[in-house]
Order: sequence, then structure tokens, then C-alpha cells
Amino acid sequence: MMSSTFSTTTARNIFYGGALFSFLLFLALTFHTESALPQRDARALLEANPQVAVGKRVWEENNCIGCHTLLGEGAYFAPELGNVYKRRGPEFIKAWIKAQPTGTPGRRQMPQFNLTEEELDALVEFLRYASEIDTNGWPPNIEG
Amino acid sequence: MKYQSQAVAKPYFVAAIALFVAQVLFGLIMGIQYVVGDFLFPAIPFNVARMVHTNALIVWLLMGFMGAAYYLVPEEAERELHAPKLAIATFWIFLVAAALTVLGYLLVPYAKLAEMTGNDVLPTMGREFLEQPTITKIGIVLVALSFLYNLSMTFLKGRKTAISSVLLLGLWGLAIFFLFSFVNPDNLVRDKFYWWWVVHLWVEGVWELIMGAILAFVLIKVTGVDREVIDKWLYVIITLTLVTGIIGTGHHYYWIGTPGYWQVWGSVFSALEPIPFFAMTLFAFNMVNRRRRNHPNRAATLWALGTGVMAFLGAGVWGFLHTLSPVNYYTHGTQITPSHGHLAFYGAYAMVVLTMISYVWPKLNGREANGNRSQVLEMWGFWVMTISMTFIALFLTAAGILQVWLQRMGANPLPFMEVQEQLALFYWLRVIAGVAFFAGLLAYITSFFKGVEGSPEYRPLAQEASA
Repeated sequence: MMSSTFSTTTARNIFYGGALFSFLLFLALTFHTESALPQRDARALLEANPQVAVGKRVWEENNCIGCHTLLGEGAYFAPELGNVYKRRGPEFIKAWIKAQPTGTPGRRQMPQFNLTEEELDALVEFLRYASEIDTNGWPPNIEG
Repeated sequence: MKYQSQAVAKPYFVAAIALFVAQVLFGLIMGIQYVVGDFLFPAIPFNVARMVHTNALIVWLLMGFMGAAYYLVPEEAERELHAPKLAIATFWIFLVAAALTVLGYLLVPYAKLAEMTGNDVLPTMGREFLEQPTITKIGIVLVALSFLYNLSMTFLKGRKTAISSVLLLGLWGLAIFFLFSFVNPDNLVRDKFYWWWVVHLWVEGVWELIMGAILAFVLIKVTGVDREVIDKWLYVIITLTLVTGIIGTGHHYYWIGTPGYWQVWGSVFSALEPIPFFAMTLFAFNMVNRRRRNHPNRAATLWALGTGVMAFLGAGVWGFLHTLSPVNYYTHGTQITPSHGHLAFYGAYAMVVLTMISYVWPKLNGREANGNRSQVLEMWGFWVMTISMTFIALFLTAAGILQVWLQRMGANPLPFMEVQEQLALFYWLRVIAGVAFFAGLLAYITSFFKGVEGSPEYRPLAQEASA
């Protein structure tokens, strides 16, 4: 592998060539992905309803990802929420958030975020939008 | 220490270790919360502890990389650092910004922190690992710019080696890909897509360049093997890294709304990602076997070999475990992910920073190596931390397999919280392993206070001396 015919300069050139090629290929795949996303990412819901973007901000500014997963990414302390709209429905989600924390001794506790009715509605709209994204059939079942 | 300005590395290493302690303490809190759900609630909710845990990790590794670079680049360039005072000022700015951010996490509700820091102007908060307020992110960019300016000027004016070129390329890549933390589209799929341009292209891309360069530097120093040989290994390793790792980003694009073909690209390329890590293991062992001197710093040599092995296990093997899309379909978002995350971050990045600190710290204090008592204690720290982390990964893997079975594969899938209760045994075992890890960390830190006595000198090997 390290014979004298294989010089450091050759190794360096292979590195720069390989890295550049890989990155260009990655960019090409990225451009293709961007062109394929409109059929998959439920953007119609996002564009038709400004509440979705508001709900995403509520999601972010309360750091929901610090306990939950969303499409499988985040923390693994609390249930997956990418499909929670389908699992629980809008009214349950709102009632659940309002009822926290449960205070059950020893049980994992979700903080009380004091969200307004508008924020709760927006968050539900965001979760509805997330549940409509085409995730190639993930999660395997409704439990997430 | 050949150049006075290399001493700027010192405060960076001290802060790195202090943040490492904070990271582990908050990790223990979370570990307990996994089984005693209301532990420290509502004072420190899980999500707050997790932000401190992961952000402290990122910042201590960055501090470690910076300290390493401030030591390494002048030595490779054979000249003093371009602006040592700037490096010290940058350190304090970074430390104060990090401390204020952590205080913000701990003292006010996150929504309040978002409001106070004007997140609505440029919303970037509330995404995993990128929870920092937007102003902190801007601060990080400025710190990175000052750091890169300082090092690049030193590099350009001095001797340009393969090691310093690769290190600087990695560090520039780190700064450039961090800019994607400001990209936060309302479209969740696009948000997630570009979020990985920070997270994946850091840890499975440019950070591996930094790791390779640091490891190569330490191996040259402790083995005395020709630079020519080491340079070639380094270029081969980082070629394999980027050729597998860049398209390997696709293993995060299976289930987030991106097209199905990523399952093919992601599976094939990320299945090859263990190869560069295996090469790194071979590299470390090969160089130590071919050593031309017995360096008196045996602890540093142990760390260098250890990071090679543990990076391969944690990032390579544990990554491969759940990287193929048909497997990942079941394991995505389960405890398999943190099992891999813990072993990979510890094996690759924590250990390579500790390798550098181990080699550099005695030099910064005017000796070739620490005395015997100090090194023995440091090596105890190495073994206890490394074995404990291996057990943390194994217990989480067991929890993950059980979770997948109960929640996703069995005939009657159970809800998340019911499954979590059934995993309690493994979570308790993980807490015990976590406490053991903390004990190892304490042994490691204690070794710093025993460094002074009887520092040994270089000892050329017998055959080398007679040649």
C-alpha cells in the first residue's frame, strides 16, 4: 500500500480529486432532491395555512425536540410526534399539553409551557402538516 | 514547547476539561431521569439537561480542537503564532458566551430565552444540537473567524506540512458547514435536510480530517516514524473518509420526506464508512509498531491507540449496525441511536482531544512527559472511562433491541411509554456505568495534579541507537 511508487503528492491529489468529486455528486443529488420534494413534503398544507409556520416556531421555541423525536430525530425520552396527529387527534394533543405536568410520582414529567389557545392551534396544525409528509412508510406502525 | 505562543493552548484545554465534567454531570442527571422520571423536576427538566449535556460536549470538543490547533500549527509552521493575544481574547469571548448560554438554558424557560435573544428576527433555535440563541451562533462564527484568521496567517507565513494543511482544511470546513445552522426553512423536510449539513458533514466529514491530523501529529511525535510515511496514511484515510462520508449523509435521508433513492445511496456509501476508521486503527498500531523511539509519554501513546480502536468500534461498527435502510427502518429514533452516538463521540472525538492533551500538557509545563505516578493514574482514567463507555453503549444497545421488538416488531405493538418502563433494567445499568465513567474522569483529572515528580526523558530504542 505504501510502496515508493505511491508518493505523498499522488495521495494528496487523489484526496482532493476524490473529495471534490464526492461533493459535486452530493450537490447534484441535492438539486435532484429539491426538485422531487414538492411531490413529497406536504408543502401545499404549509403554503395554504400560515398557522403551520407559526406552529413550527412554537415547536422550536419550547424545545420540544429536547425530549421528543420528530420523524425519528431528536431526543428519545418521550414519544415520536411526527405521526401523533394521526395517533391521537387534535383535541387530545391540546388537552394533553394543557394538563401537564401530570405530577405522577416517578413518572417522566412534561413541563407546563403556558401556551395560548392560538399557539396550541398552530402547533396542532404544524403536527398535522408533519403527519402528511411522505416518509417512505416510516414509522413501522402507529406507535412511532 | 518550541514556540512561546503555543502556550495559548493551555486555557483552551483547561476549559475543555471543565466543560467535559459539566457534560458528564448533566448526563448523569438525564440517566437518572430515564428511570426516576420526576428527578429534579421542575428545576431541571430533561430537555434542559439534554441541551447542557450535548452543547457542553460540542463546546468542549471545539475548545479541544482549538487548543490542539494553537499548539500544532506553530510547531508545524516552525514559527510563532500570528497573533497570540488575539487567541487569548478569543478564548475568553468563547468561554463567556458559552457560560452565558448555559446559564440562559438553566435559569429561564427556553421560550423566554428565545424571546430575550430576539429569535423571531432570525429563528434558528429549538433544533437538536443547534439550540443556542441566534446571537450565540453569531458569536461562534466570529470566534471561528478570528481563530481561522490567526491560524491561516501562521500557516501561510511558515512551513506548510500535510498535517497542518489537513487540519486547516478540516477547521475551515467546520466553520463553513456551521453556517447552515442559520438555514431554517419553514418547510420541515428542507429544514431537516440542511440541518444534517451541519451535523453529519461535521462528525462524519470534516471533523474526521481534524481527528486524522491530530492523530498523525501525535504519532509522529511519540513514534519518530518518518513524516513521509505518516503523511501518506493521512491522505489515504481522509480520502476514504470523504468519499464514503459525504454521500453517506444519505443514511439520514431515509425517513424524513426525501426521495426513496437515498436508501440506496445512503446504505451503500455509509456501509463503507467503517473503512476509514479501520484504516485509522491500522495506522495507529502500525506506526507504534514501527516506532523508532520509546517516548516517555506512555499515556499519550495509549490514548492514540485507544482512539483508533474506539473510533472504529463506536463510529464504524456501531454505525454500521443500524445504517442499512431495512435495519434503520426499525431502529431509527430508538435507543440504538444514542448507543452509537455515545461510543462514537467518545471514541473518535473525546479521545482524540484527550490524546492531544495527554501529549501536549507536559510539554506546556516544560517537561517531556509526566512522572510515573501521574501516568499510571491517567491510564487508570483511560481504562475506566473507556470500559464504562463501552458498557453504556452495550446497555443502550440492549435497551434499543428490546424497544424495537416491543414497540415496532411484535404482534401487539406497545405504546412508547409502556415500552420505556420495560427497559428500566437496562437504563439502571446504564446509570451505574455512567457513575463508573465519572469515577474514571475523576481519576484522569487527579493525574494532572501529580504530574511534576520525576519526568522521564527520551529513550531511543536499542537498535536505533546502534544503527
